[in-house]
Amino acid sequence: MNQPTASLEARNLVKEFRLRNGLKFSTLQAVKDVSFTLEAGRTIALVGESGSGKSTIARMIAKLETPTSGDILLDGSPSGTRGRALAAYRGDVQMVFQDPFASLNPFHSIEHHLERPIRIHHPELSRAEVRDRVLSLLERVRLTPATQFAERRPHELSGGQRQRVAIARALAPGARFIVADEPVSMLDVSIRLGVLNLLAALQREERLGVLYITHDLATARHFSDEILVMYRGEIVERGPADAVILDPQHDYTKRLLEAAADPERLGALRDEVRSAG
Amino acid sequence: MPEPHTAVDEAVVDRTPADTFAAPIGITSAVPDTGRAEAEAAKRGIRRRMPKLTLKLASGLVLVVGITLFGIIAPFFTQSPTFSGNPSLQPPSADHWLGTTKLGYDVFAQLAQGTRGSLLIGIVAGSIALVLSVLFGVLAGYLGNWSDEILSLVTNIMLVIPGLPLVMVIATYVPGRSWLLVAIVLGITAWAGPAVVLRAQSRSLRAREYVAASRVAGERAHRVILVEILPNLLPLLTAQFLFAIIFAILGEAGLSYLGLGPTGSITWGTMLNDAQTGQAIGTGAWWWFVPPGLMIALLGAGLSLINFSIDEIINPKLRIAPEYTRRVRKAAREGRGVAVEGSIA
Amino acid sequence: MSAEPVLTATDVSIEYLVDPPVEAVKNVSLTLHRGEILGLAGESGCGKSTLAYGLNRLLKPPAMMSSGEVVFHDRDGHDIDVVGLDGEHLRAFRWDKVSMVFQGAMNSLNPVLSVKEQLDDVFRTHRPKMRRRERLERSRELLELVGVDPDRLTSFPHELSGGMRQRMMIAMALALDPQVMIMDEPTTALDVVVQRGIIREIMRLRERLGFAVIFITHDLPLLIEISDRIAVMLRGEIVELGTADDIYRNARHDYTKKLLESFPSLRGDRGDFIRTGAMPVASALTTSTEAV
Repeated sequence: MNQPTASLEARNLVKEFRLRNGLKFSTLQAVKDVSFTLEAGRTIALVGESGSGKSTIARMIAKLETPTSGDILLDGSPSGTRGRALAAYRGDVQMVFQDPFASLNPFHSIEHHLERPIRIHHPELSRAEVRDRVLSLLERVRLTPATQFAERRPHELSGGQRQRVAIARALAPGARFIVADEPVSMLDVSIRLGVLNLLAALQREERLGVLYITHDLATARHFSDEILVMYRGEIVERGPADAVILDPQHDYTKRLLEAAADPERLGALRDEVRSAG
Repeated sequence: MPEPHTAVDEAVVDRTPADTFAAPIGITSAVPDTGRAEAEAAKRGIRRRMPKLTLKLASGLVLVVGITLFGIIAPFFTQSPTFSGNPSLQPPSADHWLGTTKLGYDVFAQLAQGTRGSLLIGIVAGSIALVLSVLFGVLAGYLGNWSDEILSLVTNIMLVIPGLPLVMVIATYVPGRSWLLVAIVLGITAWAGPAVVLRAQSRSLRAREYVAASRVAGERAHRVILVEILPNLLPLLTAQFLFAIIFAILGEAGLSYLGLGPTGSITWGTMLNDAQTGQAIGTGAWWWFVPPGLMIALLGAGLSLINFSIDEIINPKLRIAPEYTRRVRKAAREGRGVAVEGSIA
Repeated sequence: MSAEPVLTATDVSIEYLVDPPVEAVKNVSLTLHRGEILGLAGESGCGKSTLAYGLNRLLKPPAMMSSGEVVFHDRDGHDIDVVGLDGEHLRAFRWDKVSMVFQGAMNSLNPVLSVKEQLDDVFRTHRPKMRRRERLERSRELLELVGVDPDRLTSFPHELSGGMRQRMMIAMALALDPQVMIMDEPTTALDVVVQRGIIREIMRLRERLGFAVIFITHDLPLLIEISDRIAVMLRGEIVELGTADDIYRNARHDYTKKLLESFPSLRGDRGDFIRTGAMPVASALTTSTEAV
C-alpha cells in the first residue's frame, strides 16, 4: 500500500435510514457505496440535487452520522469513533455549515465560538495565547478590527461575516481537512464569490483539503480540482473539474448542465419554444 | 435556495431596511417579520433577554419583592406568633395591627411567620420541580433514542397521576409532616408538565446547526447541554420556576385547608385552616382569614405579572403585537393600494 | 412583440410603517408591455417583492403605498386605476387581469383541499355562471396546459412533488386567462432540472396565450436567458432598466456589473479567479452596497 501521508479517504460508505410508516419499516438508502480520497491541498466538489445524499456524506465525514457500513480513513488509518480517537479526528477534520444564521449560537459572542475549539484541542495554551489565536483567526478571515469582532454577537454580523466566523471556527483546532456543506447558498448573491474566494485563499495558504458540497455547477467548476456528481446516493460521474463540466459523459451530468442557467443562451429558449409552435 | 431572512449587506448595521422587510409578506402569515422579531429577541444575549421594565413587570416585582422582604424581616420584630397571652378575637387595633385569633395569637405575627413558611415551601418545591424537569425534559430531548423513551415514559406516568390526591394520600400516611416533607411532595408532583415542554424545546434546539457545530468542534455532551442549549432555555426555565412556586404555594394552602398541611409550622394555609376551624367567618372575624388569603392572591398576581413579561421574551410576537396592530391600522387608514380583503382568489 | 403597454406604474413609493418607517420602494416607474417577460432582479431586501405586491394591490399593512399611480390597460381599451379600486371592482380585477405565482407553493396552496376544489373556488368566485361540467373541463384543460396529468386533479397538495405543486400554482394563475402574471421567485426552491422544466413551460404558455410576465428573482443569469427586458433593483430603486442583451453585454450601472460578476460562468472563464487566486481576497469581500 502506497498511501500518501495526508489524506482523508471515504471507502465504500453506505448510509441507510430506517423509516417508520405506522407499523411498517422501510429502508432508505441515502448513500450507496461511495468512495473517494481527498488529499491535502486539493478540493473535491460533491455536486448533486437535494436528496442526492451529498449532505449525508458531509455529516458522516464530520462524524455527525455513523455510516451503516464502510470506513473513513485519515492518513491511511481508520478514524476514531469515540473518546480520544474521535477528539483527535475532530482536530483534523472540521465542517462549515450551510446556514450561517443557524450555525452560530445567538447566546454567545464570536470570541466564545472561536475560543472553545482552541481550548478543547489545545488545552496546554494559556489564556493569553488562546486570545491571540482567536484574534489571528479573525484576521485571517478578514474580520478586522479583530478585537471588535471578537466581542460581537452573531446577530450583529451580516450573513457573509457570520459565514467567515464559521470558517474561522473550522480552522480553529488546526484542521487539515474542511467539509463545506453549501457554504454560500444561503448568502446573498453578491457576496458568495467573495466568501468562496476567501476559502480558496485559506486553502492555498494552509494546504487544506476541502470537500465542497454544492448544487451549483459553476462554482464547483471554479472552486475545485475534481468534481463528483451524485445522483440518488451514487457517484455517477467523477473527474477533473473542467472535464466534467465541459465534456460530461453521464446522462445525468448532461441534464444538470443543460438545466443550469447560462446567459450566453440569451433568447435561445424563447426562439426554441416559438419555433416548436 | 431560500434567500436569507436577515441582514443583506456586509455593512454592520443594527437594523437595515432589509431586516424589516426581507421576509416575503406572506398572504397567510399574520406577522410577516417574525424573523426580525426573533433576531431582536436574541439581541445582545443575556442583556437583551432581560425583560424591558414595563408597568406590568414593575408592579409584579414590587409585589413579589415586597412580600419576600416582609417574610424575611417582619418575623424579627413581631411578638411570637404562638404567644397566646393576648385577649382573643380582637379586631385590628394599635396593639394588634391585624387583631388576634380565637386562641389569642397575634394575626400580624402569624402572617409574618406564615409568609416565611409559605415562601420557603414554594421555593423548595419549585426548585425540586425545576431540577427534576430539567433532568427529565432536557436530557430526554437531547439524548433521544432509548434514553428518551425511558425518561419520557417516567414523565408520562407522573403526568397522568393526579397530583393533589397523591399528595393527600402521602400526607395522610405520614404522621409527622414537616414543612420540608410537604415541599418535597409538592415538588415531586409538579415537574412532569414542565418536563414535557422542555423536552420538545430541547429537541428543537438539538436540531439547530450550532449544536451540531459544537459537537463537531469536539464539545462533550454535558457541555453542549449546559453551555449551548440551557442558556437558550433560560426564559422558559424562569417562567416554569415561577409557575412552580405559585403551584406549590397554592397546593400547600389547599392541603392545609384540608388539615393535611405541615404540622408544627405556620403558613398561609395553616392560618386559613385555623380560621376555618375557629369559625372566623361565623363570628365575623374577617381580620383572621382576609390577610393570608390576600397575601396568596397578591403573590400569585405578582409572579404571574413577572411571568407575562418573560412570556414576551419567549414569544416576541406577544410584545410587538399591540404596536404592530396599531401600525397596521394606521397603514390601512392612510395607505393607498393596500389589500383590504384577506383572500386573493 | 408589440410595444403596447399593459401595466404602467408611475412614481410608486411603498413604505413600511414600522419603527422607524422604511421606504421599501422609492419612486419607481415601470411599464410592462403586452406579452413581454420583464425580469425584476435584485438581492434580498431590495424591495422587488414589495413592488410586485404593490402592483397587484396585495400590500398588507403595515406596508402602504405612499404615492404613485398604477394603471392597467385592458385588452378592450379601458384603463383601470389599480390604486383606486375597491370592493367588487378590486375583486373583479385581481386574478382576472393580473394573477400571481408565489415562491412557496406549499404555503400558497390550501393543504386540506384538493387541487380540483381549489380551482373550483377560483371559478366560483370569478365566473359564477360557469356550470359544474365547464369548470371540470376547464380544470383538466389547465392541468394539461402546465404539463400535469389531468387525473392528478383530485390530488391534495402534499401528494404532489415540489415541481408539480408549482405547476399547479401556475395552472391556478392561468385559470382566468389573465393578461399579466407576476411570478415571485417561482422556481427558487426547486432543483435545477425541475426548475428548467417549469421555466420552459412558462415560456411556452406565454407564446401560446400571450400574457405578460413580471419575473422576480435574484438569479440574474436566468433572467438574462429568458427575459425581454430586465430591471435591476437596489435599495428600493430601479438602478438600471434595459433589454436582456443590453444588461448582459453593456451593463452601465456598477451594481448591475457587480451582480453579473457574482455569477461565475459555467463554461467560460468568468469566476476563475477563485482557483487562480488572481483577485485579492479583500477586494472580493467588499460588497455590492459598499462598492456602489
